[in-house]
Amino acid sequence: MAVGLPENVFLTKLDVAANWVRSNSLWPMPFATACCGIELMATASSRFDLARFGAEVMRFSPRQCDLLIVAGRVVMKMLPVLQRIWLQMPEPKWCISMGACACSGGVFDTYAVVQGIDRFIPVDLYVPGCPPRPEQLIAGIIELQDRIKKTGTLDGREFVTRTAATGPQPLELDEIRRLREATPVAGLEIFSTPDIKT
Amino acid sequence: MIEESTLKQQFGDGIWISEFRDNRRVVVSAEQVHHLLAHLKNQLGFDFLVDITAVDYLEYENSTDRFGVVYCLLNMQTGERLVVKTFVNDPNPSLPTVYSLWRGSDWMEREVYDMFGITFTGHPDLRRILSPDEFSSYPLRKDYPLKGRGERHNFPVITRAES
Repeated sequence: MAVGLPENVFLTKLDVAANWVRSNSLWPMPFATACCGIELMATASSRFDLARFGAEVMRFSPRQCDLLIVAGRVVMKMLPVLQRIWLQMPEPKWCISMGACACSGGVFDTYAVVQGIDRFIPVDLYVPGCPPRPEQLIAGIIELQDRIKKTGTLDGREFVTRTAATGPQPLELDEIRRLREATPVAGLEIFSTPDIKT
Repeated sequence: MIEESTLKQQFGDGIWISEFRDNRRVVVSAEQVHHLLAHLKNQLGFDFLVDITAVDYLEYENSTDRFGVVYCLLNMQTGERLVVKTFVNDPNPSLPTVYSLWRGSDWMEREVYDMFGITFTGHPDLRRILSPDEFSSYPLRKDYPLKGRGERHNFPVITRAES
C-alpha cells in the first residue's frame, strides 16, 4: 500500500501511541518510610540519574502521579494513609513495591508491621533487596516500561481483569501459623514457673 | 542530696531506698507514690520529670507484682537524679496521674497506657498515643504475642479493578 506520507509522520495504533507516551514519562509518587527511601533518593539524583528514563519528576501530591513507589516498611497505622494515597492517584497508575519490607514485611514480623503491601493494595512490580541498589530500582522501572509498552491499553482495559488481591490470600492462614507458634509446647517453655511469694 | 532517714520519717517504713553505683532508687507502694512525688518536687527540688516507663514482671523470677512503674526524676539545680518505682497489679492496674506536678507527664502516661494498659486516674486526655485508636491490646505486656492477635489483617483489600 503506497501511501504518500509527509516527513515525520507515521501510522500506528492508538494504544501503542498512548503506551509510548505513558511509559516514557512516569511520574513517581515516592512513599519512602525507611532506608529504601534513601536509595530511592539516590536513584533520582545525579549519580544514577533516573531522568535518563523519563521518571525523574517526583511529585509529592498523588493527584499528579502515576507511579507509586512504596519504599520501606509500612506499619498498621500508616496503611490507611497508603491506601488513601493509592485511591487518590488518577488512572492509569502503577505501583512498585521496593525492598524486602514493602514486599513481605522483611525481618519485621511483629504486631505492628504489615506483612507485604500487596495484601492490601495492588502491586505491579516487586524490587527485591534490603535495600535494593539504585540499579535494581532502575531495572525495575525499565521492566515496568516494557510491560506498559507491551500490555497497556488506552482506556486501561487490562486493569479491569485484575479482580483479586495481588498478595497471599486468605489472611487467615497467617493467623493459624501465628497461633501455632504462640502455643506453648511441653518441655520447651522459655521461662520456668514463676515462684511467687505470698 | 536526699537522706534516707528524712524520707523514712515522712513516709514510714513503707519505702525502700537503695543505691547502685551512682543511681539512687526509691521503691514505694502505689498508695504513697503520688504523695512522695509531690514531696520530691515541692520540697526537694526535683523539678524535671525525665521519663515514666513500666516493666511487666510476668513470669519473672521471684517477682511478686505484675507491673512496675518507674519515674525518673532530675533536680535541675543540683543535677541530682532519682528513680522512683512502684508496683501495680491486675485487674485494673491504676495509678494517680502526676500531670498536676509535671505537665510533661502527659504523653509519657499516655504511652504507658498504650503499651501496658495501666490507667492514670485524673489524666486529662488518656488516649492511645502510638497505636491506632481502634487497637484493642497492650503490646508490651509479656502475654501478648510478638506477631499480634490478627490486628494486621483488619483492613479492606483494594484490588486493581476497583481502584
